[in-house]
Amino acid sequence: MIGALDLGPLWLTLRLAAISTLILLILGTPLAWWLAHTGSRAKSVIEAVTALPLVLPPTVLGFYLLVFLSPGSAIGGMWVRMTGENLTFSFSGLVVATVIYALPFTVQPLQASFESIGRAPLEAAATLRASGWDAFFTVATPMALRGYLTAVVLSFAHAIGEFGVVLMVGGNIPGRTKVISIAIYEHVETLEYAQAHMLSLILLVFSFVALVAVYSINRRFPLRVG
Amino acid sequence: MGALSVDISLPLPGFTMAFSHVFHLRGITALFGPSGCGKSTLLRVIAGLERRAAGRVAYGAEVWQEGRRMMPTHRRGVGFVFQDTRLFPHLDVAGNLRYAQRRAPSGAGGFSRDDVIDALDLAPLLGRRPHLLSGGERQRVAIGRTLLSRPRLLLMDEPLAALDAHRKGDLMPHIARLPQMFGLPVLYVTHAIDEVTRLADDIVALADGRLLAAGEVAATLERLDLPPVSGRFEAGSVIEADVLGFERKYMLTRLDVAGQTLVMPGTSVPPGARLRLRVRARDVSLALSRPHDISIRNILSGRLIEIRAEADTAFAEALVDIGGGQHLRARLTRASVADLGLAPGVAVFALIKSVAFDRRALPRREGDDLRPGSPGRHGRD
Repeated sequence: MIGALDLGPLWLTLRLAAISTLILLILGTPLAWWLAHTGSRAKSVIEAVTALPLVLPPTVLGFYLLVFLSPGSAIGGMWVRMTGENLTFSFSGLVVATVIYALPFTVQPLQASFESIGRAPLEAAATLRASGWDAFFTVATPMALRGYLTAVVLSFAHAIGEFGVVLMVGGNIPGRTKVISIAIYEHVETLEYAQAHMLSLILLVFSFVALVAVYSINRRFPLRVG
Repeated sequence: MGALSVDISLPLPGFTMAFSHVFHLRGITALFGPSGCGKSTLLRVIAGLERRAAGRVAYGAEVWQEGRRMMPTHRRGVGFVFQDTRLFPHLDVAGNLRYAQRRAPSGAGGFSRDDVIDALDLAPLLGRRPHLLSGGERQRVAIGRTLLSRPRLLLMDEPLAALDAHRKGDLMPHIARLPQMFGLPVLYVTHAIDEVTRLADDIVALADGRLLAAGEVAATLERLDLPPVSGRFEAGSVIEADVLGFERKYMLTRLDVAGQTLVMPGTSVPPGARLRLRVRARDVSLALSRPHDISIRNILSGRLIEIRAEADTAFAEALVDIGGGQHLRARLTRASVADLGLAPGVAVFALIKSVAFDRRALPRREGDDLRPGSPGRHGRD
């Protein structure tokens, strides 16, 4: 039974989560920074757009992504011309979908961190001859470390656990889009409970360990701000 | 030390700040005024931290702001000591100092990291995290950190405001030494008159975002044509005195003020030292002849040079020339002025009830362990 367990979906899922989280950090940081510091009226609108994946049913999000990423659409068509590959039912498409789906889990903790840091330490850094970029990397980022930790764990966990959006955009292609949650679903559908148990247990243990790690790091190294 | 010219305007809650002045920076210049008058904002404008400001700021030949075009703060070379210190919580004390040192222009001479650590007594704190320091320690680290960024101009925003009287007294001598030790001019924001008279060489007084008065501290504080910049209660004059000697029998220090003698309690000042004293106007009475049967010891003869009655009150302020270019301010009732026939030119005796000792006047000498901060010793009678 155990020998029959296919670990392919597990590796695919980890790869998807790692790549998505990395992209989320790169995109989410400037967005969170802007939201934390802007006085613009567009702020509420952008905040709402960012938070949409929290309230939309995954199938709705997945449906729209399917529409916008399909080769017939502007974005999907451009991707096909650039890479010769479809965005729908492909690993790249899964990454795009995951990034959009997990965006609030990256942006919101980061924004909260940047807001609690405020401008004061950055002003102090500027009077010590640090440029804006310098102050961002040497003052704001280390002070926001806890926010980054939360963002990474939440985004990674959601990337691993997502089902609906992934099913809509990626389908169920072994080695390309068959991630662990879909594999579990399939095992249950085909009454392979032992495999479903194993994969579920792996997910459960992984999630639990990750959360324990976050909470204990938070407790052991309370990053004092202010 | 260059001239800093500021001509700016910006809206503040309740009024529009419109400030124009050329600072000829030397020693410590106090930016003085009541809370909310815009003095801290002015400091932020000079540092380039106030984006809403419009106008012109220039340091020597270097233009820092023209209209709304601003040179970024990190290129101005101004050090800023904040009231809330703003030490970086993710770095220990040594790390905070290193942060400034790494960004200082290379080849800057004059003093070393160890000089700063010694001057501010930071050695025992180096391994500690900012949140484990006391308020006074934090402020000392903040000053040291700022010095190590090698600023050309040091801006201090009420660095003592958050401290209790004892810590304040400990920190003041450190601040008083900065301009001489590190060769940089200081702009010092405060609303406490004792900090002005103890620390500052020049004063720039603000009210409602405008320039009220500017000049040397003693000369500016004794001007009668201005609403008292320090408020009625503390209004007074600053005079300089030379220490003559100590009378052990009565535990009194004898001082010479323009050829006349003053006494005050205290022992720690060596003969020959020059002190700065603050005498509040309400602690000075006037008499036409020298009274003998009175407990007041400090009686200075002088000549009235100006009397200004305050409209709609019982009071008048008088300025007495006590010789040597020094003046005393006295607060009287208008009735006294009329009864005694007080007028400019009249010879009077100034009876001083209380003298506050502020600090060693310039030039200060090395090695004296007088603590100018030991909170304003007052000699009564």
